[in-house]
Amino acid sequence: MRFMLLFSRQGKLRLQKWYTATAERDKKKMVRELMQVVLARKPKMCSFLEWRDLKIVYKRYASLYFCCAVEEQDNELITLEVIHRFVELLDKYFGSVCELDIIFNFEKAYFILDEFLMGGEIQDTSKKSVLKAIEQADLLQEVYDYF
Amino acid sequence: MALKIVKGSIDRMFDKNLQDLVRGIRNHKEDEAKYISTCIDEIKQELKQDNIAVKANAVCKLTYLQMLGYDVSWAAFNIVEVMSSSKFTYKVSCSQLQLQSVDAVLITTIINSVSLPLVTQDLSSPNQYDTGVALTGLSCFVTPDLARDLASDIMTLMSHTKPYIRKKAVLIMYKVFLKYPESLRPAFPRLKEKLEDPDPGVQSAAVNVICELARRNPKNYLSLAPLFFKLMTSSTNNWVLIKIIKLFGALTPLEPRLGKKLIEPLTNLIHRALDLLYGMVSKKNLMEIVKKLMLHVDKAEGTTYRDELLTKIIDICSQSNYQYITNFEWYISILVELTRLEGTRHGHLIASQMLDVAIRVKAIRVFAVAQMATLLDNGHLLTGNMQRNGICEVLYAAAWICGEFSEHLEDPMQTLEAMLRPKVATLPGHIQAVYVQNAAKLFATVLRKQEGTTDSLAAQETSQLLIDRLPLFVQSANLEVQERASCILQLVKYIQKLQQKEVEVAEEVTALFAGELNPVAPKAQKKVPVPDGLDLDAWINEPPSESESEDEKPKAIFTKEEPKHTRPRHTEVDEKELARRREARKQEQANNPFYIKTSPSSQKVYQDQPGVEHIPVVQIDLSVPLKVPGMPMSDQYLKLEEERRQKERSERKKKEKKKKREKHGRGRRADSGPESEEDITPAHHVDIVTEEMPEVCWVLLQSGYFIPQVMSAQFLFQKSTKHKKKKQKKEKEEKEKKKKKKHHHHHHHHHHHLHSADESVQNGTVEEEEEPLPVRTWPSLLTHVYDVQGNLQDGSQVVVSVIFENKTDHFLKSMEFNVLDSLNSKLQRPEGSSPHDGLAVPFQLPPGVSNEARFVFSVQSIVMPQKLKGTLTFIVKTEDASTHEKLDFKLHFTCTSYLITTPCYSDAYAKLLESGELKSSSLKLEGVIMPFHHLLARICFHHHFSVVERIDSCASMYSRSIQGHHVCLLVKTVSTRPPYISSLLL
Repeated sequence: MRFMLLFSRQGKLRLQKWYTATAERDKKKMVRELMQVVLARKPKMCSFLEWRDLKIVYKRYASLYFCCAVEEQDNELITLEVIHRFVELLDKYFGSVCELDIIFNFEKAYFILDEFLMGGEIQDTSKKSVLKAIEQADLLQEVYDYF
Repeated sequence: MALKIVKGSIDRMFDKNLQDLVRGIRNHKEDEAKYISTCIDEIKQELKQDNIAVKANAVCKLTYLQMLGYDVSWAAFNIVEVMSSSKFTYKVSCSQLQLQSVDAVLITTIINSVSLPLVTQDLSSPNQYDTGVALTGLSCFVTPDLARDLASDIMTLMSHTKPYIRKKAVLIMYKVFLKYPESLRPAFPRLKEKLEDPDPGVQSAAVNVICELARRNPKNYLSLAPLFFKLMTSSTNNWVLIKIIKLFGALTPLEPRLGKKLIEPLTNLIHRALDLLYGMVSKKNLMEIVKKLMLHVDKAEGTTYRDELLTKIIDICSQSNYQYITNFEWYISILVELTRLEGTRHGHLIASQMLDVAIRVKAIRVFAVAQMATLLDNGHLLTGNMQRNGICEVLYAAAWICGEFSEHLEDPMQTLEAMLRPKVATLPGHIQAVYVQNAAKLFATVLRKQEGTTDSLAAQETSQLLIDRLPLFVQSANLEVQERASCILQLVKYIQKLQQKEVEVAEEVTALFAGELNPVAPKAQKKVPVPDGLDLDAWINEPPSESESEDEKPKAIFTKEEPKHTRPRHTEVDEKELARRREARKQEQANNPFYIKTSPSSQKVYQDQPGVEHIPVVQIDLSVPLKVPGMPMSDQYLKLEEERRQKERSERKKKEKKKKREKHGRGRRADSGPESEEDITPAHHVDIVTEEMPEVCWVLLQSGYFIPQVMSAQFLFQKSTKHKKKKQKKEKEEKEKKKKKKHHHHHHHHHHHLHSADESVQNGTVEEEEEPLPVRTWPSLLTHVYDVQGNLQDGSQVVVSVIFENKTDHFLKSMEFNVLDSLNSKLQRPEGSSPHDGLAVPFQLPPGVSNEARFVFSVQSIVMPQKLKGTLTFIVKTEDASTHEKLDFKLHFTCTSYLITTPCYSDAYAKLLESGELKSSSLKLEGVIMPFHHLLARICFHHHFSVVERIDSCASMYSRSIQGHHVCLLVKTVSTRPPYISSLLL
């Protein structure tokens, strides 16, 4: 996976994660372009599209678009599953997650993503173990904050 | 120093934290840029302070700003500085920022010079989560230099005691390998070990890495194939399986032997997928799915797999009595296409499907016969190769269909000729037998056609053809063939004699095969009326004496099976007798060493309480869904329906003698079952709300036999027999409106109904059982049968299914369905159309064909019943002209249309009742004569309730509306009086 973006229906970026080093300017350009392409698509249209030399897999959850860019040889369906699993994780952690959860706790969202994907590959397929790691980390932070 | 810290934290109190920043940005929508520039100034100030907490807070904010697209690279140094701190959160956000903010060049320089020690220090930190964060951060900005320097450290981490670290280390190695391929060789053995790591997370990470690596260079990973094979057959983790299969996809081209080994596990996986398909199909997607499967059938290489696909296609299509097939011509075509498969073993299956469909779906016969005739004509193609023997079974079906329904054949002579070709003698015996018999049927048809014309010679020639060809079959080794052939040969010879005397024989020959063969439903026995004077419950012989049945074991088996008979007898036995017997039994049990005593608790309860026998035993009637509400129960309702109809029928027979009724053009497929459409009365009546309207009843007329599930839903259209109900209902409605609460009707037994609004519309109705309409130009045009269902996903939508059936002899097209929207209910139209536009019905109707369309309505309030007026316009195409016709109707949504059957357990139900939030109302119904369990079943089925508990003639029921209102209902029978119904509403 090259990168993952979360953006709203209004075209506001909520989260971005790049798994390959990309220059800042290119990132901005790609994000802008991609958002335009994805937002212009109708609800019934396919979740996969080819964009530049990449395959884009996106899915809309409520007002939020989850968008992944994968390489040509990668499987779109499993990418879709990855997105869904990530959403499930967010949902489990925040308890019926909504956009505001991600806006205000974006560092948590990042952390969940980091525990689930690493370098663009799935790190752990078990929801339980990912959530356990996050809980542990939360605990750790509380302990630090306390001191 | 202490003072400084205090000062720092006081400062901090006035600082904005991340939450404030986010909130602030959201509040300054108009001048966001300005707000952010002030924030950045603040952050710059904060970064200059000594307090690491303040700095960290600033960095946190920077992360957010950076994500919004602001350049924060000026703070790179501070970020690295914060990262070196020991606090965990800071690191998390910094590792994030590292990746995001600093461009690649900067990273290399900074990290190499400053943070490399930090990262390595973190890597060896005692805390696994510190290490974890370091690894995660690293994964995003690995450079060749970093990869080279850290490779050995990470390799050590791959053997860390904590699976959490191992997993991350394994994954990050992938990135390291990509940047610094030299590290692969020394690390590979350890990576391979990880494939068998006890922790599934680590294992899947290792599979992931190796699969990705192998994709780039599969040759080097061939040696791992056995290991992966083992994993594939043992792993239950789908994610891992997908990766492994992907890997094998890359490996098989290099090692052909692998392909063979993979067939079995892969077909297992495919079977799983096919099983999923079976449950997935709906009317909408069936054709699409089968089309895809057909493509696979064509591509499939192994016969086993292809046969598997073939059986799946047939399974999918024929499930629940062809429930999902909307177009049988399509299905016949599919079956015919399947006959082109070479070497399948399932010819018999295809044949039985062909027969089944042709017999049950009358409308399809013309098409089926034409297809079968072509098959027979090309029969040599199927039999040409002995290898293909399996498929020749379809000829059995083809011959039978062509013979039985020969009146539909376009050129019966040609088919007859095809059936008598010498090549036929090479077919298996049982098929030949069918050929011979059906050749005779065809002969009859041909004769009739030829005698109708003046050409009498042609008829004689046909006889001669049979006389010439049949001897071949008389010599057959198969007894059946021989017998039939010689019998028919003699018959034809006799016919020829008559023909030579110019006697017309066609009528008599046809009479040989007169009468239609009808399929018999599995439950057909129930439909046979019990003859007068036969009491099935009466004993044929004297019942065995009571004491015997009690003491003798074998007899007890009978009593168990027929509790009905034994129960009353139990109660007759007097108290003393019972006590005596119990005592005797106890004695016997105590003395019998082989008797295993029952558990003390149950035994005790039974024995210690005197007079348990007095407690009335509630007989549970299984036709009422007591335990599993919400499960598809249509079969049981069907049974109920059948019982009802049987009763109806016997009653009606008496009536019919007195009164002959007109029968208007019946549906072509109508009477396929043993139960013809005339038998189906509108025993449930439509409750007409507007009394001025003529009572017109819409009944389902056709195809009931072959689609029982649909049928059961279709018999819900009922007409009220009791007018007083209407009054009650109206009163109640008014009351309910005041309450503005969810309201429930239980007293009219309709699902929802449709009636012709305008009698002057001549072509309106289909079947009037009671009052035929005076004028009708089209004898019977369309039947609409409906089902209204709440949409679970959307609390404000209902889906109305309408079945359109063309009962005229003309082609109908351009049908448009339109409903006059009310404030509350609106037909959902495609975007851009005006609220007065009709919806095009997406199909045309040839004569005698029916099809189903669904319409979605959005509803605002579900607490009141709705009545919508609508029209259906369509073009009738006759041979010389076409006319535009219109049909008015009314669409009625009752409140129960919005209910969804929801199971409820008795404890939850009790809580609901205790909550006190329920509004209640009750009413009494008189003149209800049906048995109580029928009533319950009806309420369940028509009004989407489920039974929570039933005690004797009292039952509590539950349902839930699409908007989540609870509806509780208590139904009681007051002695012999009709059920007394009270409902509780929330």
